[in-house]
Amino acid sequence: MPLLNIEQLNKSFHLHQFGGKQIVGCSGINLTLDHGEFIGITGKSGAGKSTILKCIYRTYIPTSGSMYYESDSYGTIDLARAGEREMIEIRQKEIGYVSQFLKLLPRVTAQDAVIQELVATGCPKERAEGEARSMLRHFGLAESLWDTYPNTFSGGEKLRLNLAAAMVKRPKFLLLDEPTASLDNGSKEAVRDMILDLKRQGTSMMGIFHDLEFMEKVVDQEFSMQSGSITGGRTA
Amino acid sequence: MDEMLSVRQLMKTYGKGCPACLDLTGPDHGRNMCPVCGTIVACADVSLDVYPGEVLGIVGESGSGKSTLVKTLYFDEEPTAGEFYLRSYEDGVPNLYDLSSRKKRWVRNHQMGMVYQNPHLGLRLDHSAGGNIAEKLLMAGNYHVGSIRERAVQLLEKTDIPITRMDDLPRYFSGGMQQRVQISKAMANNPPLLLLDEVTTGLDVSVQANVLDLIREIQRELGVSMIVVSHDFSVIRMLTNRTIVMKNGRIVEQGLTDQIMEDPQHAYTQLLINSLL
Amino acid sequence: MSAYNYAFLDENTKKEIRRKTLKAIAIPGYQVPFGSREMPIARGWGTGGLQVTLSVIGKQDILKVIDQGNDDSVNACNLRDLISSTSEVATTTDTLEATIIQTRHRIPEEKMQAHQILVFQVPMPEVLRTVEPSEQETRRMHGERDYSRLWVQLYEDIVQHGEIRISYDYPVLVNGHYICDPSPIPRFDVPKLHQAETLFLFGAGREKRIYAIPPHTDVVPLQFEDYPFTVESYDQGCEKCGCTTSYLEESFDRVDGARHYYCSDTSFCGKKQVEQGELVQMGANWHG
Repeated sequence: MPLLNIEQLNKSFHLHQFGGKQIVGCSGINLTLDHGEFIGITGKSGAGKSTILKCIYRTYIPTSGSMYYESDSYGTIDLARAGEREMIEIRQKEIGYVSQFLKLLPRVTAQDAVIQELVATGCPKERAEGEARSMLRHFGLAESLWDTYPNTFSGGEKLRLNLAAAMVKRPKFLLLDEPTASLDNGSKEAVRDMILDLKRQGTSMMGIFHDLEFMEKVVDQEFSMQSGSITGGRTA
Repeated sequence: MDEMLSVRQLMKTYGKGCPACLDLTGPDHGRNMCPVCGTIVACADVSLDVYPGEVLGIVGESGSGKSTLVKTLYFDEEPTAGEFYLRSYEDGVPNLYDLSSRKKRWVRNHQMGMVYQNPHLGLRLDHSAGGNIAEKLLMAGNYHVGSIRERAVQLLEKTDIPITRMDDLPRYFSGGMQQRVQISKAMANNPPLLLLDEVTTGLDVSVQANVLDLIREIQRELGVSMIVVSHDFSVIRMLTNRTIVMKNGRIVEQGLTDQIMEDPQHAYTQLLINSLL
Repeated sequence: MSAYNYAFLDENTKKEIRRKTLKAIAIPGYQVPFGSREMPIARGWGTGGLQVTLSVIGKQDILKVIDQGNDDSVNACNLRDLISSTSEVATTTDTLEATIIQTRHRIPEEKMQAHQILVFQVPMPEVLRTVEPSEQETRRMHGERDYSRLWVQLYEDIVQHGEIRISYDYPVLVNGHYICDPSPIPRFDVPKLHQAETLFLFGAGREKRIYAIPPHTDVVPLQFEDYPFTVESYDQGCEKCGCTTSYLEESFDRVDGARHYYCSDTSFCGKKQVEQGELVQMGANWHG
């Protein structure tokens, strides 16, 4: 059994305010992700890349199709139909999501944000503190920022914090939405090291990249998208 | 029972009612007053679950029935029909609405805390802050002034009220402080369930932030289950994992909070999200 | 007095009051509403106690009426005259001789026995009125034993003043259920209500309520574990009879302004004074 098997995934948005206008996010998506594998998706913005990731994370409700996922807690589960409780549990323990946008809560310091992610999985606070620090250090977030609120961070700093918060849990499955956008070369290398490190430890990943050169160094399979559909793919 | 609380088919109407009440009200009709008999259907057909340690959000505009819903859960209002089970009360077997009013009061005092939008409803403004907390403790059978005061000090410290103000009247406190005293009072008996009805509405932004942080901290440290009622999505986003959207007394949509905000399904939810500043 | 029915009230009224009194005895501390009648004295001057006394009295009874322990006050004399002339009973000032005692604001010093009835005149029967103005709400509170607000008031008293400052109308828990107002007796008299031999009847004429504490009933004043209920105590005894265990009244000499303490129970004090000279039958203390 693969980790994730997406069959005929469709997502369209029904806009009530605009006379029921339908906007297609993605359609006819078929993908298989094996355990420990890393799939990269490329394409212009608006091609539907994020839609797939958000469907998997269930920030979007798929319109049709199925996404069979091998969960530690629930066995094989169709993420398209999983209950809210299951999704919360899976998000907390198994699937991480990283984007370039700040999703963290206001008035929580950078360090606490990372600590809270770990504590939510049941990790004792003392150990969480240590791991949070080493993770922030790894992604090169300046130590002077650890005790401050991230809402004033630059795009690169926010991304590094998001990466630290997602990766500190060493999730089984990680969704990466442009994880290297607005990062300098040094930071990109830190991300790459971490990705390779997580892969060695068995984390499976699915990522969206603009930086094709970076992507080619880390992914096992690569798909390209256009207008909501997968138009090409190759194995690295 | 896995759920902390379960509500089934809750209904609250004001008026004599007629067979057409439910069919002719609700979001599809855009009204909650029955056109035949004039009965107000404040909420109907409401079923929901809250799990231990979970925070459930309820959003909707004024008149959507969300406040009636929590007031019915706190027994402030008697429901017209419906069932309500609480895991911490006799393993969730009895329908709480069937209990005698004395038992309901016991459940309310021992197992629930409520924080109202208006501090006048949750506090006795002519009793001291400490006296307000004492009231909850006295209801639970603590008749030792020393230990009552000890607990009051703990709670006021936790909610950041200077201990020197403990014997002052909340009447003379700022709005934010009054809300924090309300939270202290609601938490006095360490209830497993906390109901929050528009607790930050009408407060200054910085005070709102302070109250929300306090609620989040209580939730994280004590693992209390909460129902948070608000018309403000930023409050819901900050506090909850799951959200219910209500309109004209009915649930129109429920889901993961980020899904409700990024992929709203119902026309009304889309309108709410599109109306965000 | 043949122009009046026996004991002033008509028979139907007496019947109603007796029924309400029986109900009150059956539910200790519960306030039973009754149709309070117009009486030949003003409401607020003991009409409730008077109606209860007149409905339970019979020709064989011996009546005593006291006003704050005093048999001789104008009010006590008038009530005694009215009752005795309409119901043809003998009167006394001696607690031990009386079978019915109607009282305002005191319980006699001498312990009353099982064959005696003490009838209290009650101005404000609702103990919760100070914390809740609505009658509907106070009835719900009694029904559900929701007494936390009364307790909060006691708590606030301690916080503001270091002690519970209620000196009369001290709330008591009757038979483990209803909290009631024992009428404006001093704290000193409150323990006498607990597990007594005597039937206590309370009548509030203006407020139209009757309630009762039957014999052998638990009556516990509200108190905190760390602030127990206390009664008044004095550094000295009565200046007339020398008694050191009675409830004293303070009075000032109009001429030299000096402060004096005398027994509030005048009959008791008189007997004590006589006792020093001759043989007098004295009643027991209420407790021990």
